Amino acid sequence: MTESPPLFVAEHLHKRFGDQVVLEDINLSFNAGSISGIMGPNGAGKSTCFNVLTGMYRPDGGSVFFDGEDVTGLAPERIVEKGISRSFQIMNLFDEFTALENIMVATNRVRHGLHRPFWDLRADSEISHKAAEVLAMVGLTGLENSLASDMSYGQRRALEIAVSLATEPRIVFLDEPTQGLGADGRANLADLIGTLQEKFTLVIIEHDMQFLFRLANRISVIHWGQIIAEGTPDELKANEWVRTSELGKMTTC
Amino acid sequence: MLTTKGKAPIVSRQMLVFFAILLSYPLWADAAGLYEYLGIEIVIFIIYALGFNLLLGYTGLPSFGHGAYFGVGAYGYGLAQLYLDAGFIPGLLLAMLAGTVASGLVALFLSHRRGIYFALMTIAFGQVFWFLAIKLRGLTGGEDGLLNIFRPDIDFGLFQISLKSNFAFYYAVALIAVLVTLLLWRLVHSPFGMAIQAVRMNETRARFVGYQVWWIKWTVFTLSGAIAGLAGGLLNVAQESAFPDTMSLHASGLIVMMVLIGGGFVSFWGPVVGVIVYYLARDLLGSITEAWLLWYGLLFMAVMMFSPEGFAGGWGKLVAWVRRRKQGEVLMGGAQND
Repeated sequence: MTESPPLFVAEHLHKRFGDQVVLEDINLSFNAGSISGIMGPNGAGKSTCFNVLTGMYRPDGGSVFFDGEDVTGLAPERIVEKGISRSFQIMNLFDEFTALENIMVATNRVRHGLHRPFWDLRADSEISHKAAEVLAMVGLTGLENSLASDMSYGQRRALEIAVSLATEPRIVFLDEPTQGLGADGRANLADLIGTLQEKFTLVIIEHDMQFLFRLANRISVIHWGQIIAEGTPDELKANEWVRTSELGKMTTC
Repeated sequence: MLTTKGKAPIVSRQMLVFFAILLSYPLWADAAGLYEYLGIEIVIFIIYALGFNLLLGYTGLPSFGHGAYFGVGAYGYGLAQLYLDAGFIPGLLLAMLAGTVASGLVALFLSHRRGIYFALMTIAFGQVFWFLAIKLRGLTGGEDGLLNIFRPDIDFGLFQISLKSNFAFYYAVALIAVLVTLLLWRLVHSPFGMAIQAVRMNETRARFVGYQVWWIKWTVFTLSGAIAGLAGGLLNVAQESAFPDTMSLHASGLIVMMVLIGGGFVSFWGPVVGVIVYYLARDLLGSITEAWLLWYGLLFMAVMMFSPEGFAGGWGKLVAWVRRRKQGEVLMGGAQND
C-alpha cells in the first residue's frame, strides 16, 4: 500500500527583507490529519515562514503546494478559498461584532460570498446555525451574543481560533496560540487542539515547548532562517542541538 | 457602534419617524418658522451624508475630498440639461453616472491605501476636480459656475409634473431620499454591509477570512460617489446652477463634520441628525450673528470633546443610563418590599 502524499508542501522557500535573509531553503511538508509544530528561538523566522505559507508575504524563491496545487504567492483571500486558514499571535478579531457575528461574516464569505446584496445575514438560519456549531467546537457556547471586545483573554484566544475555523478550512495554521494564557488556559487549549485534530490538519508555531511536544506528531526547528532539525518529539529531545540550546532546556522543565 | 443585533426590519421605528417628519415637513414648516427651500437643502444633504457615511462610518475610510463627486454630479446634471436637454430623471441618472465614473476612477488609486495615506489622497484628488471645475471655463463656466439650468418638468409621457414650485420639488427630493434610505438600510444589513464593517474593524482579518479588501473599498467609495453625484444633481435642480465651491476643501470638510457631529460612527441615523443640526445652526444662529460658523465650530468641538460619538452616541449613552437607573430603582424597590 502506497503512503498518501503530504497535504501541504513547501519547497526551497527563500525570503529576504532588503539585505537580510530571513528564510533560506526551507522545506516543509504536513500530512493530512496530523499536528505539526514549528519551533525556534525569537527572531528565527518562524512567523515569517507562516506569513509566506499563508499568503501574507510572497516568497522570493521556492514553491508552496496545497493538495498538489501550486499556491505560491497567492493573496490571503485566494489562499482562504483553497481551504487554508490561520490564526494570529496578536489577536485579529472583529471587536465590535459579537462572537457569533465574527464567525458568520467568515462563514458567509466562503459559502455565499457577497452575491446577496439585500439579504439580511443576521437572519440567515443556515449561517447562524453553522456559526453556533463552530463556537461550540471551541467551547464558546453561551457567549454567542457577547461582543468580542468584552470577552476575556482566554475566550478571545478561543474565538481567534474559531474565526480561522469558520472559513471551513482543511489545514489551519495557529500562530503561538498559547500567547498570554495561564496554566489552566494552556491546558484547555491543548484539549481543544486535540479535538480539532479529528477534523483538521493543524500546524502550530509555539514557544511553549512542553505544549508542542505534547501535541505535535512532527516538529521542525527553525534557526537563523533555516531548518536545523526535524522529527518526532522524541527524536528532537535526543537531538544534540536541541538538547544544548535554550529550547532544549525548556523541554526538560 | 453601528452593528445591530438580530434581524433588521425592512422598515424600522426610527425610519418611520424619519419618513413621517420628512413627508409632513411642508405642512408644518411655516408654523415652525422654517421654509420649504431649507427643507430641500436639508434633504439633499441627508442623501449626500447617508451615502458618505457608508464610506466614513461603516467602512472607516475618511474622505476629505468627497465634495468633488457631489460637484461632478451637479455639473453632470447641468451639462446634461444644457447639451442633451435630458429632463429631470435622465439628468439625475447622468449625474449619478458622472459621480460613479469620477469616484470609480479615483477609487482605483485609493483602494490599496489606508489611514493617513488614504485621507491625503482623497484631498489631493478632490483638489484636482475643484481645480478642473475652475479652469475648464468653456465647460463649467469657471468661477462663475454653470448658470441658468432651469428646473424641468418630470415627464411621465401622459402627464407632466412641474417642479417650479419648491413644494413640488421638495416632495420629489423627499421621495428620492426615502428610496435611498431604504436601499442603504438594506445594504448595511446585507452580507456586503457586514463585510464593509469587518474591513473597518480589522482589514488584516477581513483578508484572512477571504474578503478582497481593495475591491470592497473600491465598491464602497464608488457607491458613495454615485450617491454624492445624485445629491449634487438635485442641488443643481434646487439652485438652477452648479458652482465650483461645492467641490472645495471647505465644502468637503463640512460633510465630514455633519456626519461626525451627528454620530455617523455609531448610528445609521447619525448623518441625518448632523445635517439637520448644521442647517438649523446656519439659519437660527445665522439670524443672530454673521459669525454663526464660528459658533457651529465651537459646538462641533464641544460635542467631539464631551461626546466623541456625536449626538447619536450621546443619545445612546443617555438612554442606557436611564435604563440602568430604572433597573436600579426596580431592584431597590424590590429590596425594600422584601
